Formats: sequence, C-alpha cells, structure tokens
Amino acid sequence: MSLQFVVDGLLTGSMIGLGAIGVTLTYSILRFSNFAHGDFMAWGTYATLAVVSAIGATFGKVAPIAPLSFGWPLLVALVVGMAFTALLALLLDRVLFSRLRSQGQAIIVVMASFGASMALRSLLEFTFSSRPTYFSRAIQIAMPVGFGIRITPDQIALLLLTAVLVLGVHLLMTRTQTGRAMQALSQNAALARIVGIDVASVVRVTWIIGGALACVAGVMIGILVQIRPFMGFDMLLPMFAAAILGGIGSIPGAVLGGLIIGLAEAGAVQLIGAEWRAAVSFIILMAVLFVRPIGLFGVRER
Amino acid sequence: MSEAVLDVRDLEAGYEPGVPIVRGASITVRKGEIVVVLGPNGAGKSSFIKAISGLVPITGGTVFLDGKDITAAPAHTMVRLGLAFVPQTENIFPLMSVEDNLRVACGILERREIPARMDEMYAAFPDLVRQRRTAAGNLSGGQRQMLAVARALIVHPKVLVLDEPSAGLSPKFVSMVFEMLAGIRKSGVTILLVEQNAKAALAIGDRAYVLVEGKDRHEGVASELWNDPVVAELYLGQRPSRASKGGAA
Amino acid sequence: MIDLIGYGAFFLTTALIFSLVTLGLNLQWGLTGLFNVGLAGFVAIGAYTSALLTTPDDAARLGGFGLPILVGWAGAMVVGGIAAALTGMATLRLRSDYLAITTFGVAVVVQLVALNAQKLTGGPFGIGFIPRPFGSLAETPLLFNLSNLAVVGAVTLIAYLALEHLSRSPWGRVLKALREDERAAISLGKSARFYRVQAFAVGGAIMALAGALQAHFTGFIAPDNYLPILTFQVWVMLIVGGSGSNLGAVIGSILVWGIWAGSGTLTSVLFAPEQQARAASLQIVAIGVMLCVILLIRPNGLFGDRPRRPRFGKREKAAAIKSSSGS
Repeated sequence: MSLQFVVDGLLTGSMIGLGAIGVTLTYSILRFSNFAHGDFMAWGTYATLAVVSAIGATFGKVAPIAPLSFGWPLLVALVVGMAFTALLALLLDRVLFSRLRSQGQAIIVVMASFGASMALRSLLEFTFSSRPTYFSRAIQIAMPVGFGIRITPDQIALLLLTAVLVLGVHLLMTRTQTGRAMQALSQNAALARIVGIDVASVVRVTWIIGGALACVAGVMIGILVQIRPFMGFDMLLPMFAAAILGGIGSIPGAVLGGLIIGLAEAGAVQLIGAEWRAAVSFIILMAVLFVRPIGLFGVRER
Repeated sequence: MSEAVLDVRDLEAGYEPGVPIVRGASITVRKGEIVVVLGPNGAGKSSFIKAISGLVPITGGTVFLDGKDITAAPAHTMVRLGLAFVPQTENIFPLMSVEDNLRVACGILERREIPARMDEMYAAFPDLVRQRRTAAGNLSGGQRQMLAVARALIVHPKVLVLDEPSAGLSPKFVSMVFEMLAGIRKSGVTILLVEQNAKAALAIGDRAYVLVEGKDRHEGVASELWNDPVVAELYLGQRPSRASKGGAA
Repeated sequence: MIDLIGYGAFFLTTALIFSLVTLGLNLQWGLTGLFNVGLAGFVAIGAYTSALLTTPDDAARLGGFGLPILVGWAGAMVVGGIAAALTGMATLRLRSDYLAITTFGVAVVVQLVALNAQKLTGGPFGIGFIPRPFGSLAETPLLFNLSNLAVVGAVTLIAYLALEHLSRSPWGRVLKALREDERAAISLGKSARFYRVQAFAVGGAIMALAGALQAHFTGFIAPDNYLPILTFQVWVMLIVGGSGSNLGAVIGSILVWGIWAGSGTLTSVLFAPEQQARAASLQIVAIGVMLCVILLIRPNGLFGDRPRRPRFGKREKAAAIKSSSGS
C-alpha cells in the first residue's frame, strides 16, 4: 500500500472538514441538519467559476501565479463567491428557514431544507447542464516528497488555506464576543437572550461563516477534481458523518472528523476500489451512532 | 420615599392566547429596595417575573423601568434597558469557562470598561477567581448561583430580578445566597426576587407582595408579613385547589 | 378512446404504487413522527429482493430462484422491514435528525450496492425478465393494463384498510401519543422506542412491497429508478395530501403524480429533444419550490390532521428562535 493515500485523504478531509464546520454550526445554533448545505458548496463554486470567466472576458488571459495552476482572478473570484454563498444562505434563511423555525418544529425545517436542496441543485443543472467543468485544464506535475508520496503545488496551497481558515474560525469562536455569543446560543438559547445576545444577529453570522466556508470547500473540489451540480450533494453524507464523528457543535471536532473520514475514504479507495468510497462515511456514521453518539468532542445533551 | 425603579401595572401574561397565567398583577420596586414576591405553588410568580423580563408574552398591562415603558421590549434588550434577570435553573452556560460566562454578558459594556468590571466581580465573588478557567458546568450549586448573579451584576443593572435563587440548594448554600443578596443591596443595587423560602426571603427583604392566582393580593413590610394572618390564609386557603397548575412555567 | 382508458389505467397503476410508498411514509412520519429521507433505499430493497427471488436462474448473478411472485412480495416485505428495523434501532434513541441523516445514508449505500455489486444486482444494467402477474395478457395492452391496475388497486386498498385499522387501534394511539408528547415518550423510555421501531419497520415493509409491485409491473429494474428524486417525490405527495391522513396520502400521490406526469408531457411537447434534460431539471425545481411553499402556507396539506404545537419543554427555545426571525 502506497502512502500516497495520506495526501489524498488530507485533501478530501479538508474539503469535508470545511463543509462540516457549516453543518455543525447550523446544527448546534439553529438546531437542524441542513440538507441544502452541500448545494451551497455547488452554488458557491459555480458563482466563483462565473466570476473567473467574467474576469477572463474583461482582462484577457492572466498568467497563473508561479507554480500554481491559477492566477489572481481565481482568488478574487473566490472572495466574491464566498460573499455570494453567504448571501444565498442568508436569503434562504429569510424566505424559508426562519419562517418555519418560528413555527417551532425543527424537523419541518429539515424537510424544507431537503426540498430546497433539490430545487437549488436542479436549478444549477438547468443553468449549467450536468456536464462536468473545470477551473483549469492545465495538468500539474506532482513533486515527490519522499516515502513514495507526490504532491502538487495546488494541493499544498489548498492544505495551507484550509489550515488558515480553520485556525481563523477557531479563534473567532473562542476569542471574540461574537464567538462567545454563538457558543452561548448553542448551549442555552433562552439564557443567551437574557444576557443580551441578539439571536437574529448570531444566526446571521452562523449562515455567513457556514456559507463562506462551503464555497471554499466547493472551490477546492473544483480545482482538484471537477465542477458538477451534484458535487455538493455527494459531499452531504461525509459532511454529516464528520460533524457527528467530531461531536455536534465542535469546530475542531468537525475538522478532525473530516480528516478521519477523508483518510478512511482514500485508504478504502486503494484497498477496495473507488466505487465503494461513499460507503465509508456511512460505516463510520453507524459506528459512531452505536458506540459513541456524542462524537469525539461532543457533550451529552441536557 | 424614593422613586420607583420598577413599576408594574395590571400585568397579564401567558404562553398561549386565552390562557393567562398572570392576571392583573401590580407591584412597585423603589430604588435600593429588596422586594419579595411570595405566593403558593402555582400562583404564577415565576411567570410574573419572566413576563417582566420579556420571556413570557405579555397580553395586557404595562411595565415601567425608571419611568420608561419596557412592556413590549424583546428579552435580549432588557440588559441594555437596565433589567438583569437570573433564572431559577439553567442560569449558566455549562460548557463555557467561568471567565467566558462573565465575558459573554459584557456585550453592552464599553470595551475598555470590561477588564475592570471583571476584576470587580472577582473581588465581590472571590470563590469564582480560583475557578475562572473551569467549565461552569463543573461548579457546585452555590457557586453556579454566584456566577449567575455576578453575570447579571456585571452590566450595572438598575434592577436585579431573581427567580427563586435558593431553589435546589442545600441549607448551607441557601443562607450563603441570601447573605450575598443582602450584601449586593448594600452596594446600592435594587432587587426584585421571587421565593418559595418565605422566611429567609422576608428576613432580608424590605417589602413583599403575595401573589395568588396571578394577582397581587396582599402587600406589606417584609418583617411584618411573616406573622401576618392574611398571608397564612392566602397561602393555606389556596393550597388545596389549583395548587399544581403551571407552577414551574 | 381505448387508448385513453389504457393510458388511464397505466397512469393510475403507477400513481397507486406511489400511494403505497406514501402510505408507508405516512405511518412513519404522519403517525409516528419519524423522518425518513432515504425511502428510495427501502423501495429499492423491496424491488431487488423480489426480483432476485422470482426471476429465472441467471448465470451472471446470484439467483434468480424462480419462486412464485407472491413469495417475492412477501420476501420484499420481510427484508425491507428488517432493514428499516435495524435503521430504527441504530438511531431512534437519538435526536430525530440522526434518523434523517442515517436514512439518507441507507439510500446512498443501497444505491452503491445496486450499482456495484454486479453479482447480486446486475450492476448498472439492472435486472430484467422479472415475471409479470398477467404476462400472458401482454398481447392485449388494455386488458393487461386493467388487470395490473386491479392487482395494484387491491393491494393498495388492503394496505389502506389495514393502516386505517392500525391507526385507530391501541397501537396507533400509542404512536400518536408518543408523537405529540415527547415527555411521555422519554418517560416510557425503551418501550416507547420499541413502538417506534415497529412503526418504522412496518412502514419500511410497505415501501419495499411497493418497490416489488413496481418491479413486477414493469418487468425491469435498474439503479436509476431509486435516486433521491424518488424520495423527494413521495415526500411532496405526503405533504400535499396532508401527513397523518391515509386518504390524504393516496389522493396526494395521485394528484402529484398527475402534475408530474402532466408537466413531463408538457416539456416533451414544448422543448426540443436536446433541451429536455434541462427542462426536466426545471420540473424538479418547480416541485421543490412547491414543497417549500406548502410547508410555509398550508403545512397540514389537504387532509392533514397534524396539530402544530410546540413540543413540551421546547417553548423557551422555540420562542428564542422566534424572536430572531422577526428582524
């Protein structure tokens, strides 16, 4: 068995982990599992792609940044895409989720998110067709780094980006008033209001973080694999499994859960074959639910 | 006689429309006072102060704080308006450290003011200093109550409202909590509290109201109420009927 | 005219098979409050089980065993019921969302097995030559369609009457009580969970039976029949009809299938062949939006009885979130 699966696993794990942060935040703060989260990923990626194309049309061909496959247009587009995805999440909350939440039945919100997921994904298929597309068709040379492992410059850059984003979110959650307010709301919503936390603004921040990170995860998939309308929906089970494995509400847990699932998937691909990849998350999910349903860093619900 | 800090007029409130729990209750809390609300089980005491704090929908009447109408104010704006509420249970964030429990309540303070306020709270509640890094869920019952009160006080409220601060505490902690409240009043904070433990509450209170079936039925000086026959009658007379309904709501 | 009757019978047969799935879902969700987002998986399990049991021997894969059709249907119900029971046992002691996520995973895994376990399922090409109850009548399509309709109609009617009886029985009243009162459900603990697992298993068995019926009605199955879109369609049917009502489940299925088939015909008329895949995705968008709108404006559907009352003890939290949605 080649150790290459470690790099592949860490990359897949980064994508899953970034997505799972949004899932775990929505679950712990808004108290529902959002089946539309994967489609935020896909929408963010297509938005980023659209901006890249628009920049290309305006400025002509831009040379990539030294060893990477992409240039500044993708970075600019990514920021725009993140903002777009955050707005999409806020909009969906405004027209749909917040209204159903106010009726008090969490599971109805889950169902609505399932409906929204179908509609969003099919709208992408309608607009962009289901054919896969790419940010760049350039082939990158993977550099050997020893132990039989090869890695491309893009992969290194994206792993670093993930690390920076995860660290940033972690600091936000633990060191800022906004983060403390988010923690407070997830632990006791009534008390959070009593101590003066404006629930509406915390809910907004939650959607913004979740949406923006979903976009980054989607763009990573776009750079390293391909862009398809189903790209996010296919990530849903790994993201849920990662969030539950890590313990609902825990940011480090979601990321660690993502990495574990990514590594397990990459290992399974080498040992059993790529066609069974999607079963890995399910097996891990079932194992967690039977053995330790609160996850690695979770706390028993009161 | 000093001015009214909190003035509640004919308050009606309840969770569901058409099912009022509070049915026309009026009280006044003057500056620097400790006012106690007593009443038999199920009298609606808890719903009454939760309604004042914006946690139970108000269907009638008014609440004035320092002359300002706060009847319709959402719960999360209450601390800014000057009313700090300490719930009976689940009044801390169990997974956050003691320090973060205090800091999360500082949202309405000026940034540079916060460190000094934190230090003042630690000075007032020295038990909390040693535990500042501990998750609040690991504190003892008495320490939790201290933390909840410190968290409410940190924002300089005009009135501190407490729901049965002695509930569920061992006798040792009960006397500690009431000593703490007496001390807080000495520092100039106005206090409104609901209590089952009438004897202990009347010992530190200035005035008291007896709430029965959602209405204020009797009022008096705290020290005299303990031996007041009307109070005994209101308590005992009501106990067999309706006693179990909505007590915890 | 004959054609029209034939098409009508064909349409109604499909709609009634959907009704059967919806009835199963109504037992799980409408009566018991269990959220199944992977029902396509249970339908697929039924279809494949019955196909394996009843098809003639095939050297390329396991079986078939050439057993009578009724044995296939019974087998489908048993396997579907067991799969649902296992899913329930894994998740019903946890928060309701976990059941949703797990059932979603079940559907993903069933889809994977259908696609990749060639020895069992025939892989992407599926299984053909599934015996049809009135195969000898295939020469006269009208008679064939009408007899199919009669069989499916009879099965649906039996399921409907049985479910009506169940929901009025003490068993059904316990389920309803558990759905309405979380506190009672918690205080009953293990036995409450057992009731719910039973309801989930029976619902899963009904879905599997519907899958088997469909397989024997078309004679051919493939993994593509059991994509998430199937789950989604059935949910819309239940919500339109009104969760909690068996009659609503049946009528909602016929109504939504009518809209679906109608709009499908419309797009095939209006759009050029190369545009039809795109038009079909627009159809899904429309149904997705419809689901959300119904949830928003008429959450009880046409016939629903589900009272929308916050659960005990959730008031504070519900109220907390409520205040946030105002701004």
